[in-house]
Amino acid sequence: MKTPLPPIERVPDCCRGGLVSSILPLLLFGLLCLAWPRVVQGNIFAVQWAWVPSLDLDLAFRLDGLGLLFGLIITMTGFFVSLYASSYMAGHQQLGRFFFYLHGFMLAMLGIVLSDNLFLLFIFWEATTILSFLLIGFDHHKTAARESARQALLITGGGGLFLLMGILLLKIAGESMTISHWAASGDMIRDHALYPAVFICILMGAMTKSAQVPFHFWLPNAMTAPTPISAFLHAATMVKAGIYLLMRFHPLLGGTSLWMATLVIIGGTTALWGAIQALGPCDLKRILAYTTLMALGVLTLFLGGRTVLSLTAAATFLMVHALYKAALFLAVGSIDHQTGTRNLDHLGGLVKSMPLTALAVAAATMSMAGFPLFFGFIGKEIMYEGALAEDMFPVFATVATLFANSLMTAVAAIIFITPFMGFGRQKMDPVKEAPWTMRLGPAVMGLLGIVFGIMPEWVSAHLIQPAVFSFQPDREEIRLVFFHGINLPLVLSILTLTLGSVIYRYRTFLRHRMNTAIDRLWITTPGLYQSGLDNFLRNAGIFTNTIQNGSLHFYLFIIILTLVMAVGWVWLPHVPGILIFPVISGPLIAIGLFAFILASTGVVVFAKKRLSAIGGLGGVGAGVALTFMIFGAPDIALTQLLVETLTLIFISLVLLRLPPMDAVKKRSRSRTIRDACLSLVAGLLLTTLMMGILQVPLDRNLTAFFEANSYIAAHGRNIVNVILVDFRSLDTLGEICVVVLAAWASVTLIRRTKEG
Amino acid sequence: MEWLVSACFGVMIACGVYLVLRARTFPVILGLTLMGYAVNLFLFLTGRLHTNLPDIISPDQTRYADPLPQALVLTAIVIGFAMIAFLVVLSLRALGELDTDHVDGQQEKPPA
Repeated sequence: MKTPLPPIERVPDCCRGGLVSSILPLLLFGLLCLAWPRVVQGNIFAVQWAWVPSLDLDLAFRLDGLGLLFGLIITMTGFFVSLYASSYMAGHQQLGRFFFYLHGFMLAMLGIVLSDNLFLLFIFWEATTILSFLLIGFDHHKTAARESARQALLITGGGGLFLLMGILLLKIAGESMTISHWAASGDMIRDHALYPAVFICILMGAMTKSAQVPFHFWLPNAMTAPTPISAFLHAATMVKAGIYLLMRFHPLLGGTSLWMATLVIIGGTTALWGAIQALGPCDLKRILAYTTLMALGVLTLFLGGRTVLSLTAAATFLMVHALYKAALFLAVGSIDHQTGTRNLDHLGGLVKSMPLTALAVAAATMSMAGFPLFFGFIGKEIMYEGALAEDMFPVFATVATLFANSLMTAVAAIIFITPFMGFGRQKMDPVKEAPWTMRLGPAVMGLLGIVFGIMPEWVSAHLIQPAVFSFQPDREEIRLVFFHGINLPLVLSILTLTLGSVIYRYRTFLRHRMNTAIDRLWITTPGLYQSGLDNFLRNAGIFTNTIQNGSLHFYLFIIILTLVMAVGWVWLPHVPGILIFPVISGPLIAIGLFAFILASTGVVVFAKKRLSAIGGLGGVGAGVALTFMIFGAPDIALTQLLVETLTLIFISLVLLRLPPMDAVKKRSRSRTIRDACLSLVAGLLLTTLMMGILQVPLDRNLTAFFEANSYIAAHGRNIVNVILVDFRSLDTLGEICVVVLAAWASVTLIRRTKEG
Repeated sequence: MEWLVSACFGVMIACGVYLVLRARTFPVILGLTLMGYAVNLFLFLTGRLHTNLPDIISPDQTRYADPLPQALVLTAIVIGFAMIAFLVVLSLRALGELDTDHVDGQQEKPPA
């Protein structure tokens, strides 16, 4: 099934377009860097244009510390991924489409983190959902890709609906839709009756997007996408959108015990579950996906806190993770690209053939494992400080973080040692190093992990502190330092490394036990998702087949029934007032006429022979024409008679052609009775309606106009004719058009029949 | 007289609805025609019942029947006729193509 692209040494001509297109993220990164010093000083860049003021929807953008941190991560990863993809995807048929989606996605992500209007944020949020659907399903000829894309769309899209609901509830609660106005109004919302509903809706949005348990399973499945996409969307940017959302909402909704307890429990569970499952697969990309789950869980866990320490831990780990995870994804992609496999069992000894990639992976995994001198170490220290400083369940948070980190350490060792040092496959085909475009990203990001690890003070002052200040009003000074002295976090760090190496030692045993344990789970959310989807599709099929069963009788029955019920619902209460005692009065000729119409109608329905039915119809038509005649409308009477004659001739034409009545199978009795009942009800309803109309005095305003102007303005004595050909002549033109069209269509139908 | 004419209209509608719900094209066309007549009558009656008040302007006459519904009915009659004529041809064509005069284009399936 899998056809690996041929290994490439040089950048071929065909992917120059990819190189050019990586200028866009580089340019944006440069712009953000220009603004960076001003933001660190506390300045904020903001622009605003009105879009739909009546909906509180403005094109409002705002660059503060948090937006800057995310923006830098997005554009930097975007640049390296574009560069990487120019080689990785080289020769792909639809490279243009790929870069269009990728950069569209990057811009949408930037839109999320720079929006100052909540509705605008939502629009970009949905844009990332759609674009990620398109990107995951990029290899749309593969069933797995299509299914993963659909799964991601359904889950994150469903979460998007919750987010919208939360936003609307927030608006109902009277909150401003401008994000920067929130700092002051948190207390109002937190005491509001709608707070729990708002919280749950926003949380659902964040949980689905950031793949928290129990919505986590779409993320590992999304690994069917090409590696640059996984690196960009599912490591560095899109899955962080939920984290960003929680950070932005922290000043407004955060700090309550509901918020803290929920986030700590969900985050801790996700972190542990993700880290445990990371031991299971042999596919390097899937392993990375599970470690991403762990990272997202830890981030959520820290956002559950309200102390500066917890939030700093979140912001720091966000950076740590973005750097090492994007580097690892890209490096794994290189391995896959050069060797044709990313299965741990088939890889080994790559350090000789791919030394530079090996170096980058070494740096990234050391940071991931949290060795001293690496940024990951700083991150781990602050994580333990943050976990200990949680308001709710600090012990659970600390233990969850400890175990998740230990597992991470073990997984980091697996990721580096097995493919590069190990001897998985005895004889690997000769492998060449990846081209520079594919090495640059992992190398730079791995290097940054070391640089930031050596100078944590600079990072905390220039990136972490401005970011945390944006959503944490206390403004306590934040300093990341290289060495804290011997304290509990340091002990925990050492414990992590020890535990990690123990887990690494017993990895095969653990993997086996873990996989069998997961297989034994009798209820899992992926299973629930699948059965839910299957049931939904099946029931939709049943439903459609029931209401669209192709029977005209059924459709008409439902339509008439609905009409009768809708009119009856409104009209029935008025009926008692208009009922009149049936007294036969009026001119004798009129009474006779109505009796004649009634009798003819009966003939139409009950006639055994078609000719009699047509005769009855003729009687009805003639009766109606005579009614017009008696009650002052000779013109209509004339027209009616004429038309009726023609109608009868046409219907008789059908009669000659139809199969004999005897051949017609009778409808079942119950059905006939049901139809008769509906007809009776419809008839009764319209009878009362008619009576009601006849008892209302006539509004003669329009009529008075026609009577006064018919002769004077239009020089005609016959008012009806004047209306038709003069006052309302356009209507008459329309009517003529209808007749012409009907005649045209009829002639066409007849002619085709003859030819056929 | 009002209740009589209303009842007359109601019966026409009831029979029209019943016929439209039949399975063969012939009664359906009859039903539609019948309902067309009923609707014409309905429109006409919204102008109320007046005898001997023709809508011809003359110096001797001070009151006229309501001309507006009459104009509407005239339009309705013509359009109704056009539609019925089209339906008749359509049913003929359907019979030629599908070899059945069932409105669903196929014989009813036996009840499952």
